[in-house]
Amino acid sequence: MKIHIKNGHLIDPKNGIDSKKDLFIAAGKVVAIGNSPDSFVANQTIDANGLIVIPGLVDLSARLREPGFEHKATLESEMQAAVAGGITSLACPPDTDPVLDEPGLVEMLKHRAKQLNLAHVYPLGALTHQLNGQEITEMCELTEAGCVGFSQADIVIKDTQVLWRAMQYAATFGFTVWLRPEEPYLAKDGVAHDGEVAARLGLKGIPAAAETLAIASILRIAKETGAKVHLCRLSTAEGVDMVRAAKKAGQKISCDVSANHLHLTDFDIGFFDSNAHLRPPLRSQRDKEALSAGLIDGTIDAICSDHTPVDDDAKLYPFAEAEAGATGLELLLPLILKWAEDNKLNLNQAITAATQMPANILGVAAGDLSVNSNADVCIFDPKKYWKVEANSLFSQGKNSPFLGLELAGKVKYTLVNGHIVHQST
Amino acid sequence: MQNPQLTNDGKLKHLLSIEGLPKAIIKQILDTAESFVGVAEREVKKVPLLRGKTVCNLFFENSTRTRTTFEIAAKRLSADVITLNVSTSSQSKGETILDTIDNLTAMHADMFVVRHAQSGAAHMIAKHVAPHIHVINAGDGRHAHPTQGLLDAFTIRRYKPEMHNLRVAIVGDILHSRVARSEIHALTSLGVPEVRVIAPKTLLPENVEKLGVHVFHDMREGLKDVDVVMMLRLQNERMAGAMLPSSQEYFKTYGLTPEKLALAKPDAIVMHPGPMNRGVEIDSAVADGKQSVILPQVTYGIAVRMAVMSILAGNS
Repeated sequence: MKIHIKNGHLIDPKNGIDSKKDLFIAAGKVVAIGNSPDSFVANQTIDANGLIVIPGLVDLSARLREPGFEHKATLESEMQAAVAGGITSLACPPDTDPVLDEPGLVEMLKHRAKQLNLAHVYPLGALTHQLNGQEITEMCELTEAGCVGFSQADIVIKDTQVLWRAMQYAATFGFTVWLRPEEPYLAKDGVAHDGEVAARLGLKGIPAAAETLAIASILRIAKETGAKVHLCRLSTAEGVDMVRAAKKAGQKISCDVSANHLHLTDFDIGFFDSNAHLRPPLRSQRDKEALSAGLIDGTIDAICSDHTPVDDDAKLYPFAEAEAGATGLELLLPLILKWAEDNKLNLNQAITAATQMPANILGVAAGDLSVNSNADVCIFDPKKYWKVEANSLFSQGKNSPFLGLELAGKVKYTLVNGHIVHQST
Repeated sequence: MQNPQLTNDGKLKHLLSIEGLPKAIIKQILDTAESFVGVAEREVKKVPLLRGKTVCNLFFENSTRTRTTFEIAAKRLSADVITLNVSTSSQSKGETILDTIDNLTAMHADMFVVRHAQSGAAHMIAKHVAPHIHVINAGDGRHAHPTQGLLDAFTIRRYKPEMHNLRVAIVGDILHSRVARSEIHALTSLGVPEVRVIAPKTLLPENVEKLGVHVFHDMREGLKDVDVVMMLRLQNERMAGAMLPSSQEYFKTYGLTPEKLALAKPDAIVMHPGPMNRGVEIDSAVADGKQSVILPQVTYGIAVRMAVMSILAGNS
C-alpha cells in the first residue's frame, strides 16, 4: 500500500519541519518527504489541502479499562477513540482488574490490541504485586512481555522502604518508574483542591503539600537509588518549581501534565459538577498558570490525556462519592491546540509535548516522521469546530468537564503503520 | 453559570444554599416568617397554604430536631407529610439516591426536604427532579444548612434589628460545619459589617477569610465587643484525635463561659443550633442564662421553614 499525502502543512518537531510538504508512505514506513521518490506510484492520494499533517500523537496515560471494567469501556471502543483523536501510541496504567502484574496478562493485552490493529499499546506494568505497595513484581519478565515501565497508577506506596527497594530494583535493570506524587495521608478522603472553592462547597481538600512532600521524597529516593523516574500529572505550582530545580541540578527526571489541568481550575467545579471531579484535583488559577509556564520552559516534558472513562452511573452521586476521572482521548488534540492559541505558541512547540517528548519518555520509535520511521500520522483540520457531547465521542466514557463546549481541531485521517485506521468527513 | 436554585425569572425554585441568593429573596423569606410567628400562638395552629400538597422529608442522615421542625412546619401549612429515614431503608439495599427520588416522584411528592452526609447531594437531586418539584436542602455534608442560616438571621434580626451595625462571632468547628457556612453567607448578605470566626487552626478551612470573615484564634480577643455570639456544636468524633486533644482542653480554650461572655457587649445574645454539648462548647450557666436565645431559635425555626415552603409553593 502506497499513500501520497499531498498539499498538507507538515509539522514534525523532531526534524524541524513546519511547512507545506508532501509525505510519501510505502510498506508502513515514511519513504520520502517533499519530493516523490523515483517510480513512486500511489495506491491512494490524500488531499490535505488546508489541513495539518503531524506525527500520530503519543499519549502517556490512557485507561482502556480492559481487563475487568468492560462496563466502563472496552479495548475496542477506546482504541477507536484514540485513533479518532489522532493518537497512534498510548501507554496504559496497570490498574485494571486483574492488575497488570503478570506477564501473561500483559501478553494478552498486547495481543488483543494488536488484533484490533488500531493504535500501538504500551502497557505499564504494576510496580508492586496487585499494586499492594508491599511486594515488587517480576519486572524483567514483565518487560519481556511488553511493559515499557512500572507504575502504581493512583495507588500510592505508603511504605517508604518498599518504594526505595522498588526503585533500587528498577534501577538495577534501567527500568523507568512512573509515579503520581501524592502523600497518601494528607490526601486522604480529599476530593478537591484545598482552597477557596473547597472551603465554600464544604468539600474535603487535598493540600498542595500532598504533592510537594511526595515529590521531595521521590526525588530524594531517585537520587539515592539512581532510578529513572517519570512523575505523572503534576498539579501544583510548587511541584513545578521543585522539578525545575531538580532538573537544573542535573537530576534525570521527566514529568507530564494532563490536558485538563492546563485549562481548568477548581472554580470549574461550579455547583458540584462531578465531571470536574478529577485526580489529582483541579487546582487554583495560579497553579494552572504555573503548569502552563512549566510546559513552555520544558520543566514539564509532556501533555497527556489522562483518559479515564467512567460509566454514567458512577458519576450520579454527590461530588465526593462520584468516581474521579474524565474521558480524554478525543479531546487531547483540541485541548493542545487551544492551549497553544491561549499562550500564543506556535503549533510546532505545542505538538512536541504530545509527540516527540512522550515518545522519548516511553523509549519507543514514535512521535516523528523521519524517513524510514513508522508511518503513524495524524491529519487534522485546525479550523473545524466540533461540540463535545455524548454522541460526538467514540469513547464509551462520556464524562467530561468540557461537555457542551465547542472546540477547534477535528482529526480527518489517522494512519497507523501506513494504514488508514480512522477517517472522518 | 446559572444559579440552580432560581427560576429563569429570578424566583426561588429550590433552597439549596444561601450563597448566591439575592438579598431580596432572603428578606422576603424573613418577612414572610414574621407573619407565621403568630400562627403557633393561635388555638388552631394551621394555615391552608399547602393544602393538597405532599412534602417528603428525605433524611439520608439521622436528625431529630431538623426533621421534626420541618414536619411541624409542613403540617402547619396543611401539607401531607411523609418522612423517610432512608439511611435505614432502601439505601442499605443498594438503591441509589436518584432511584429513591424517582420512586417518590412517581408517588406524586411535590416538595423534597433532603438531608445527606455528602456536600452537594441536594444540588444533585435538584438537578435531577421534574420541573414542578421543589427541593429544600436540610443539610448536605459540610456545605450548607440554609434554613438554619436563615432562622439564625431571623433570630438576630428580632433581637438586634440594626443589622448594619453589628459585630457577630461564630465560634467552634467551622471546618466541618454546614451551619457556619450558611450563617456566614446569610449575615454577610444581609449587610452585617463584621462577621468573625473563632477556632483553632485545625478546625478552620483553608482560605476561610475568602468567605468574607475575620479570623481569630484567641477567643478572648475574638469576643471583644461583639453583639452576637453563635456557638457551634462540636461533634463527638472530633473531641479527641488529630484535630483536638480533648473536650476538656477545648472547653478551656473555646468553650463559652460567663467569664468569656463578659468580654462581649453587655447586651450580647448567645445562640446555638443545637443539640448542645454542655461543658464542651458551652457552659450551662450561659446556655440557660438571660443572654441565651437558644430556645427562641427553635421556635423561629418553624416559622422560617413555613416561610420557605410557602414561598416555594407559591412559585410553582
